Amino acid sequence: MTQERPLTEAIPLDGQALSLRGYEQVGGYQGLRKALREMSPQAVQEEVKKAGLRGRGGAGFPTGMKWSFVPMGDNAPRPKYVVANADEMEPGTFKDRYLMEGNPHQLIEGLILAAYATQADVAFIFIRGEYKLAQERLAKAIADAYAAGYLGKKILKSDFALEMILHVSAGRYMCGEETGLLNALEGKRANPRSKPPFPPVAGLWGKPTTVNNVETLANVPHIIAKGLTWYQSLSRSRDYGTKIYGASGKVKRPGLWELPMGTPMREILEEHAGGMRDGLRFRGVLPGGASTDFLVEEHLEVPMDFIEVQKAGSRLGTGTMIVLDDHTCPVGMTSNLIHFFAQESCGWCTPCWSGLNWAKQILAAMEEGRGEPGDLDKLAFQTKFLAPGNTFCALAPGAAEPLQSALKYFREDFERHILEQRCPWKS
Amino acid sequence: MLTVEEREEIEAELARYPTKEAVCIDAMKIVQRHRGWVSDESVRDIAELLEMSPADLDGVATFYNLIFRKPVGRHVAMLCNSVSCWIMGYEKMHKHLTDRLGIQFGETTPDNRFTLLPIVCLGACDHAPAMLVDNELHTDLGPERIDQVLEAYK
Repeated sequence: MTQERPLTEAIPLDGQALSLRGYEQVGGYQGLRKALREMSPQAVQEEVKKAGLRGRGGAGFPTGMKWSFVPMGDNAPRPKYVVANADEMEPGTFKDRYLMEGNPHQLIEGLILAAYATQADVAFIFIRGEYKLAQERLAKAIADAYAAGYLGKKILKSDFALEMILHVSAGRYMCGEETGLLNALEGKRANPRSKPPFPPVAGLWGKPTTVNNVETLANVPHIIAKGLTWYQSLSRSRDYGTKIYGASGKVKRPGLWELPMGTPMREILEEHAGGMRDGLRFRGVLPGGASTDFLVEEHLEVPMDFIEVQKAGSRLGTGTMIVLDDHTCPVGMTSNLIHFFAQESCGWCTPCWSGLNWAKQILAAMEEGRGEPGDLDKLAFQTKFLAPGNTFCALAPGAAEPLQSALKYFREDFERHILEQRCPWKS
Repeated sequence: MLTVEEREEIEAELARYPTKEAVCIDAMKIVQRHRGWVSDESVRDIAELLEMSPADLDGVATFYNLIFRKPVGRHVAMLCNSVSCWIMGYEKMHKHLTDRLGIQFGETTPDNRFTLLPIVCLGACDHAPAMLVDNELHTDLGPERIDQVLEAYK
């Protein structure tokens, strides 16, 4: 039996976007029709909750539960908002761009369903400024959806109304952080907000707001149209559905593959990515983007789902793996990662802006042959300050993950840099 | 002073958001689209239109890396320096670009043809290294490919 790939199987192979008509021909907007015809908003929330859908943007928070925090009914504050987080900027992650360029209506339908489930009035797609092609295709798809009666007043002749706005951002990784994103949409610097209150209670302009990742929302129409049993049968684990996995770095065939949730890492890297390039050996992997802990050879059998990757000491994150080979310096890679996080820190919390810049300087010096005894202790010390609970958002804890795990798994490489006063990978 | 066209485009955005402030990033992008960058004068003009203080607006402007507060060349080349591109040869591409253009990051060629900037992950990691020129994506870069890409932007 061929494996079903609901999120990607309708994406045209010629690089074009699936049109509205093409989307409708493969069952598009049937989930919305079904919800409006026979389901209450609460029933849609409940269905997504029971399906076990967890956020695909990195944190893995249960989607239905997030929706259930939104105040409902006539006394709820209005207007309410839903936001598609299309600010894909986690280094090594390239799945949402593929989904938006290939099947923009799938995201739009998912967002409309999220709005229906939370009785929202306005939907934003918050997309990063660099994703020009995705912006063009989404703008056209939104216009087509309005013309076809899927957006606007009296959607599909029901009493449900929704406006959808494509918001093109102006850069900065911080905008992908849920509350940073809300500040950006309000025309402010994308600093994080103090939580609680969480956005489902008090978000955009103080009103209830749910923010979901693109891939997360792309799951929703399928769950509603085809039901729980079907959805749960897609997976090979206790986390349900499919997952778009990716691999970059020096594997033979870098790319993206929609596979059952829980597909083992080795299967993805060897069968789909083709294994390492000739002459190179696998040394480690960031399993779900830059802000996840390194895993190494002993973890290759780990099923790639939220539960099992966490047990192995990392996070599924975005599910797009960055592979480290033995001809690439692990200290240099860590230095690159920490440089990124230090640069993208918004400056709001001291452990983040100060700690990351300190760590960045130590790592850069090590790469340039100026490492000092005691540097590793200083770096380990910084990972403690960067840990969860010391900052308003997850940027600093995310940055600590590759650093702390690199110190653990590649310790002898760090020590060699200091001892030899050079990077052994540089000739 | 804002042109009539700029003002009309900004006002069209105002209809979509509940506050004037919410439009400020779009407003700066509109001006930048017309003029290439956002000058001190433009910051003052936009702030006045949106009933913000110029200082507040500049605080927003300087937060976002795609808002240019200095003049740029006719074309803006942005080379991805994030991790997947770094593994796939970013440093060589960086050297080639800076040698070829004779400028460092943040600089503009004397003929005003290119400004060179670093950029974070472009979501093209399976085709690394990658760069943007005028927001158009170019992937699978090598020295020859970079030369070809630059040639296309006069």
